[in-house]
Amino acid sequence: MWALTVLEGQRAPAEAASGAAGAALPKEREGEDVLLRMQRDLQRALRKPAHLRRWAMVIDLRKCVGCSACTIACVAENKLPPGVVYRPVVDEEIGTYPHVTRRFIPRPCMQCDNPPCVPVCPVNATYKRADGIVAVNYDQCIGCRYCIVACPYNARTFDAGEYYTDGTPERSAVEKTPSFEYGKRWTREHEASPVGNARKCHFCVHRVERGVLPECVTSCIGRATYFGDAADPDALVSELMHRPNAVRLKEELGTKPRVYYLL
Amino acid sequence: MRWAMRRLLYLVWLVAFGLGLWGIAERLLFGHRLAAYGSYVVWGLWVAIYIYMSGLSAGAFLLSSLVYVFRLERLERVGKLALFVALIALLGGLLAIWFDLGRMERFYRVYTSPNFQSMMAWMIWLYTAYFVVLLAEAYFALRPDLVRWSRDPNRSPGQRTLARWLTLGRASLAPEVLERERRVLQVLATVGVPLAVAFSGGVGALFATVSGKLYWHQSIVPILFLTGAVVSGGGVLTGLAAFAWPHRDAEHRELVALLGRMLLLLVVGYVLLEWAEFSIPLWYGTSPEGHLVRLALFGPYWWVFWIVHVGLGTVLPVLLLVLRPKDPRAVGWAGLLVAATFVSVRLNVVIPAQVEPALRGLEQAFTGPRLVFHYFPTTHEWLVASFVVATTAALLWLGARFLPLMETEVAR
Repeated sequence: MWALTVLEGQRAPAEAASGAAGAALPKEREGEDVLLRMQRDLQRALRKPAHLRRWAMVIDLRKCVGCSACTIACVAENKLPPGVVYRPVVDEEIGTYPHVTRRFIPRPCMQCDNPPCVPVCPVNATYKRADGIVAVNYDQCIGCRYCIVACPYNARTFDAGEYYTDGTPERSAVEKTPSFEYGKRWTREHEASPVGNARKCHFCVHRVERGVLPECVTSCIGRATYFGDAADPDALVSELMHRPNAVRLKEELGTKPRVYYLL
Repeated sequence: MRWAMRRLLYLVWLVAFGLGLWGIAERLLFGHRLAAYGSYVVWGLWVAIYIYMSGLSAGAFLLSSLVYVFRLERLERVGKLALFVALIALLGGLLAIWFDLGRMERFYRVYTSPNFQSMMAWMIWLYTAYFVVLLAEAYFALRPDLVRWSRDPNRSPGQRTLARWLTLGRASLAPEVLERERRVLQVLATVGVPLAVAFSGGVGALFATVSGKLYWHQSIVPILFLTGAVVSGGGVLTGLAAFAWPHRDAEHRELVALLGRMLLLLVVGYVLLEWAEFSIPLWYGTSPEGHLVRLALFGPYWWVFWIVHVGLGTVLPVLLLVLRPKDPRAVGWAGLLVAATFVSVRLNVVIPAQVEPALRGLEQAFTGPRLVFHYFPTTHEWLVASFVVATTAALLWLGARFLPLMETEVAR
């Protein structure tokens, strides 16, 4: 029954599945899927007060094959319209033919601790949450797009009100389905917000707060993306982000990103 | 000939306004869907028009302060015109930026929940204060002439009634009242100067403070904005004084010649700053923003800089001002050219900074028509721009026709 409500878009998958997510996970085993460990880390973090959690992400570039499954899963999870993308996989070609190689860098929002996009907002529509997430209040945003130009990672995009099925006889059911970003229900019907707003990755907080890992993490076929509470020394992300091969993008800007890359 | 010219201008305006209305209808019906700006190049033609017109406003206002603060009597006759141009240009600019907002209906939130860390919030509050001062100043500058017009049997009934309304019921022309108002005017104008400087420099700072965009993140940018504001304001004022003046006498020729000399100085000054802006990142060819400067100067839209800005907006006006400094028509054309082409400078500020991916290869990632790093305005954007320009022109024309903006009799 819950599956049906999810398919009809009446409930968020995380909300429908929250009972399962809260249930006891299997005991730790050697060789288990790393998702299970992150799931345990997540449950532990959720037992703490929200202001003590520090969400962080680690992306292992050696494991990323550039399949863009995370990008598409994110589009599906957040019902992203044309022109809006939260986590593209940057595809960099290095060298000249025939000596060519490619490097893939998945680029979610960096959830900077010193975010350049937050102070520029003229109406306080975007802010840093206690748990480290840089959030957008869609009901407050006036759509001036200053935050979009201020982001040094191009991590914010503009919802111009389009649909993938524009110009076709019928709007697809998927596009009519609401998204549940920030734990609220957003339909975009009749040009309602988030149409006309700046949009960005939020580490799927609507899932995370119900004990479900972000969509890009669960959909990664190579398990290249890790997520968890950096304030928890036992969490997998804490282990990985302190490795010597961990780097952050454009550190010289002083933005203090919460996304780490393993080279 | 003048009659035919006038008819032609009316026709051009009618077409521009008609097309503009179509653009506005599209904007209201389809939102942002018909525009070319997207998620990577998010600010386009309308933002450029906003900074162009708001700069023009601040520039015209600062020139009016030569009359109302510094008592430069030789310019006294353009004082009211300058104030009115400042008022209308600001309204035009705000109209352009209002259409650009993602959610037009929420514009008031910049007043109800401002974030004073944001340079944009500062800019908005500064231009609001500036607008209030401007409005009050225009009222006190015009009131004595409005009172005279409302009693002048030579004026049409329409002009008399409008003049009476605009006096807001204050009909006294007693010397002590006029003296008091002149002092109020001077105080307002004096308060307005730092506001106009802060506001137009603040628009520059809005760009310059964005540390992620090296093309903007230069301390010279706010100075360039302020100087550019005075250049474009001076241009439009010179053009209007040359062509819209009611009398063509020796005094008029002298006034236009003086404005022409000021304009020449301003244009040359701006060229100097622009040389600093472009030569420094280009000199050794190793600056991180050098390639963006090269793109603006020698990229696919090279003509915006070289033909529109350098050719039509700098070289030609300078030639006119140097070779025919006493010919009001030549000086007037120089002014109009400087003012009209200055939008190209604003476009070359707004666009090039946004066409570079923050990370190399992002342009190859998830793509789509709005996820691209190039921009050229769509017909829709030009139509909305046409509405803004036509509305501004109409308000200026109405002002020149129905308000005592160019009265030779001065309030003093």
